[in-house]
Amino acid sequence: MCGIIGVIDRKRELMDGSSIRQALSRMNERGSGEGAGYVAYGVFPEFKNYYAIHVFFDNIHESKGAVDALLSEWGTIVHDEEIPTSDHARIRKVHTPWRYFFKPDATLMPRSTAPEEDIVTYIVMRVNTTMTGVLIFSSGKNIGVFKASGWPEDVADFYKIHEYKGYIWLGHNRYPTNTPGWWGGAHPFNLLNWSVVHNGEITSYGTNRRYIESYGYQCTMFTDTEVVAYLVDLLVRRHGLSAEMAVKALAPPFWDEIDRMPEKERLLHTAIRLTYGPALMNGPFAIVVANENSIVGFTDRIKLRPLVSGEFGNRLFISSEEAAIRTMEPDVEKIVMPRAGSPIVGRLIA
Amino acid sequence: MDKIEIDAKELHYTPLNQQIRKAVHEGAKEITIRNIMGQRFIADGLKGGVSLFLHGVAGGDLGMFMSGPDITLYGNADHAPGNTMDAGTIAIHGSAGDAVAHSMRGGKVFVRDTIGYRGGIHMKQYLDKRPVLVIGGSARSFLGEYMAGGLILVLRRTPDAMNDERGIGSGIHGGEIFIRGKIDNNCVGVGTKKDPCSGDEIARIIPLIHEFAEKFGVDPAPFLKSEYTRISPASARPFANKYTWE
Repeated sequence: MCGIIGVIDRKRELMDGSSIRQALSRMNERGSGEGAGYVAYGVFPEFKNYYAIHVFFDNIHESKGAVDALLSEWGTIVHDEEIPTSDHARIRKVHTPWRYFFKPDATLMPRSTAPEEDIVTYIVMRVNTTMTGVLIFSSGKNIGVFKASGWPEDVADFYKIHEYKGYIWLGHNRYPTNTPGWWGGAHPFNLLNWSVVHNGEITSYGTNRRYIESYGYQCTMFTDTEVVAYLVDLLVRRHGLSAEMAVKALAPPFWDEIDRMPEKERLLHTAIRLTYGPALMNGPFAIVVANENSIVGFTDRIKLRPLVSGEFGNRLFISSEEAAIRTMEPDVEKIVMPRAGSPIVGRLIA
Repeated sequence: MDKIEIDAKELHYTPLNQQIRKAVHEGAKEITIRNIMGQRFIADGLKGGVSLFLHGVAGGDLGMFMSGPDITLYGNADHAPGNTMDAGTIAIHGSAGDAVAHSMRGGKVFVRDTIGYRGGIHMKQYLDKRPVLVIGGSARSFLGEYMAGGLILVLRRTPDAMNDERGIGSGIHGGEIFIRGKIDNNCVGVGTKKDPCSGDEIARIIPLIHEFAEKFGVDPAPFLKSEYTRISPASARPFANKYTWE
């Protein structure tokens, strides 16, 4: 099942985490108390030019030295601290969440067109595949992921998300089905500035994973959603597709629909399907993806999971349930259910 | 105690349903519930001649297994209102999510505006139990999927709506779907037959048009003078050779 919600304020007006906490708890019927999480954009203004590397340590004394050394090898740690948590929330603290603000040294990746991002991606993959007891779960600029095993309201209280202010928030209430609930398996999944929340299953995970691993991404979190974050990074950041076209690659129209399209459109969609065949995601899903400029929501092409959007002033809301949106904004307007496989996009206008 | 009011603000569906059942047990004839915000399973399995007036956004499975009561919802409904409903009426003054009237086996569901995907999936009928789903606006793809009985009527206030949908009546093996106006061949699913409506068939939907118009205070005239398309199973056993060979 799972419940998802996302909101963007198109003029960057900041919202604290208290209302998304309420909205996500509204969908507790969609969760099982084994995982919940949030991501907020714009939460570290004083460090906005540095990558905010968020890490779960099993044992700080055993592993932190190795992470410090790796980061120092590839750049400068501008500041690091334990992520503040509350002792009163009903969360068993099985990991120590830590964050680094990191400046990669671009001269160390001389042949890359995006050296800083490539260094950070390399560090995330390296840490998550070779170091035991360490997981990097958030690595964007001015972005923080807050996730753990528990109910949404408990995870929110644990990380005190009401003290953070962001212009984009995503939230996820997890009902794990195919893999056990654990902190790293809670959503959102993040790489660089991409964050993903997802309800459903990607039954094409095997195909998608083989495809994405051929581009150097490595799947380490025992869950299908991770692959969505990497696919979006590949298609949009590295290949330069628009959000709309990326969704058409991930959840394409059926061949019989393509056959009926006007010539130009038919050629475009045929090319997208042929080029990105192994990126096509099958199975039931509703997904919201965010980066620093926008949020995009879409479902699988035969609509096996729910998704509703609503607007209020400069804000666009996307969620599994209208009631969750109304909990955040009682006066929300233009409640719409997007068509299967069609993206609903909210972009910054200021 | 004929009339009772319940405030559902921040109330979980379990105590809410307990209050509803207690009121019905004590003889209430009209129950008004305010401030509904996504509570699931409202009035599930409820029996009797009671009327419920709901204000707010109802969560999934409104009136599931319900047998007899009359529900009026002022607001939108989430997924599957009327799921496996046995008797009674649900009238939604708004829109509804996916799988409306899922597996419904009796009674009537009216939706003033639009519904999501898979409306009327696997509706069924037996003897005099003939469920009815009436939609004032339009429905998304896979309307009446695997339908085994009952009747779906789509009044399509916007005549072109639904021409981009697919799989209408896909897998239908009983019952009938009426859609106002014409619908493209590409929209209907496998195993279906699509014909203009005959006079006898129109006669079956006229009382439903009047009932819809009365419930939502709209003029029935434009619906009464329209042509309708009827979608029904291609044969008595359209999938006889799909899973077994005789």
